[in-house]
Amino acid sequence: MSSMEHYSYNRRKWVNRVMLGLCAGSAGISIMVLLFILGYILFHGISFLNLSLITNTAKPMGETGGGMRDEIIGTLILVALATAIGLPTGLMAGIFLSEFGGTKMASAIRFIADVLTGLPSIVVGVFAYAILVRPLHSFSALAGGVALSIIMIPIIARTSEESLRLVPNSLREAALALGISRWRTVLSVVIPGARTGIITGGLLATARIAGETAPLLFTSLGNYFGFQGVLKPISALPLSIYHKATSPYSVDKEQAWAASLLLILMVLIISIFVRWLASRGRAR
Amino acid sequence: MVVLNKPGIYNVGNNIINLKSKPVIITEQKGGFSVKSLNAWYGHFLAIKDITLDIPPKAITSLIGPSGCGKSTFIRCLNRMHEVTHGARVEGQVLLDGEDIYNKAADPVAIRSRVAMVFQKPNPFPAMSIFDNVAAGPKLRSFRSDRHELEEIVEQSLRQAALWDEVKDKLRQSGVSISGGQQQRLCIARALAVKPEVILMDEPCSALDPVATLKIEDLMQQLAQQYTIVIVTHNMQQAARVSDKAAFFLMGEDKAGSLVEYGDTNQLFTNPKDRRTEDYITGRFG
Repeated sequence: MSSMEHYSYNRRKWVNRVMLGLCAGSAGISIMVLLFILGYILFHGISFLNLSLITNTAKPMGETGGGMRDEIIGTLILVALATAIGLPTGLMAGIFLSEFGGTKMASAIRFIADVLTGLPSIVVGVFAYAILVRPLHSFSALAGGVALSIIMIPIIARTSEESLRLVPNSLREAALALGISRWRTVLSVVIPGARTGIITGGLLATARIAGETAPLLFTSLGNYFGFQGVLKPISALPLSIYHKATSPYSVDKEQAWAASLLLILMVLIISIFVRWLASRGRAR
Repeated sequence: MVVLNKPGIYNVGNNIINLKSKPVIITEQKGGFSVKSLNAWYGHFLAIKDITLDIPPKAITSLIGPSGCGKSTFIRCLNRMHEVTHGARVEGQVLLDGEDIYNKAADPVAIRSRVAMVFQKPNPFPAMSIFDNVAAGPKLRSFRSDRHELEEIVEQSLRQAALWDEVKDKLRQSGVSISGGQQQRLCIARALAVKPEVILMDEPCSALDPVATLKIEDLMQQLAQQYTIVIVTHNMQQAARVSDKAAFFLMGEDKAGSLVEYGDTNQLFTNPKDRRTEDYITGRFG
């Protein structure tokens, strides 16, 4: 080995080590941040997390005790509303983009969906306020659900488009060559092939909107009296975290910690469920 | 089906038959193609140019030629699969049993069930069982399907594809759990289940080992008694072994594929009329 070759070999080896170190360091930092947040909330929230928090309703301001049953139910209703609107719309948009997406219009829709994904969620809230709250003269669960579904649609559209695209073209051709119509091919061959990806995308979008606060500020507002119908204001976990964390009473602050922990647990359970589902899909 | 048992001259379909002694059974001669001045494009690229040839029913016709000569494009024009590719279009006529499949009133979905297709790489539906793969055609073509009827079609198709004995105990297993050769025969069974007149095969053995290839070739000869078979192959020995008719395609200077020579396989391989055919089959190029 000449000295020139030796020099370049050594240099390459060191560059490799430095880059590998940087990558490992960055990965470490991002995991540390997550662990720190989880640990911090766990540390503060765990002592206030008890059964009555889940089963009891809120007590009047300043009184100790009480739970967040209404907020939990509110969040579930909002998520259900958003999913009922967002899942079919997003999924069908994804099918359009992947299966019929060769046109200029499809590229435009794809671009708009990407822009929509990056839209600040508070803007979405203001939009829902303008189109639903003002005309109906009332804050409402419906407006909250619509706002959340607007955040959900582009995420589901793009993730389901991506997973549909992963289905090999040879399967579409196989089905078409059997004299199966286009829509039936999509429904019975392409979608089952992308099932795992579509479910993963849907659940991740659900987990994402479950924790959104900003769009709810102008739409579902919050409510101390439990669920009163979709056209009335409704309380939600993220909203009450926001309100209780800024309250002067220490009992409220404690509950904010506990509610944060509860919300993270809900999202975590969804994510773990998604992982489990995805790994099961691969194993088959 | 027509049974002729007395000597004499008969006109069956468009064929004049001079019967001297033995009785013959003539099955309905369906599944013949007559291709007239066929051009096919991908966008602005002309892939095949001015192809005219007649494909006889109930026989094996092989399409040979070097890569890029348009054999696959041509075969995909025979069941309107060419137009599935974005931007692809076709000009000219393809008569199937005398009717133009590119006629405005012709429905590509209906044509594809008369002209089934087997692809280069075995492509069973991975999310479906062996049973459901074979049943896919009849099941997904209608809104309701009778379980008992499907079972019959599946068994019959698998038997025809010489696969029944190997898979009859694992019909519930995934279509991709069997070997490559078995998967390809599963794809043939799947195509047979829609009761086609013609089976197109686009290099059906190129992903298979020699033993599996031999099985498919045997199968093709069995099937040719009932179906018209058109096969694209890179393997000239295969074309010589299995086919009755052979067509030699070549890419011209303008990159468009065209038909150089078409005739009986024996004649084409032993006594080619065109110099380029001779050069190709003797291995001087390609």
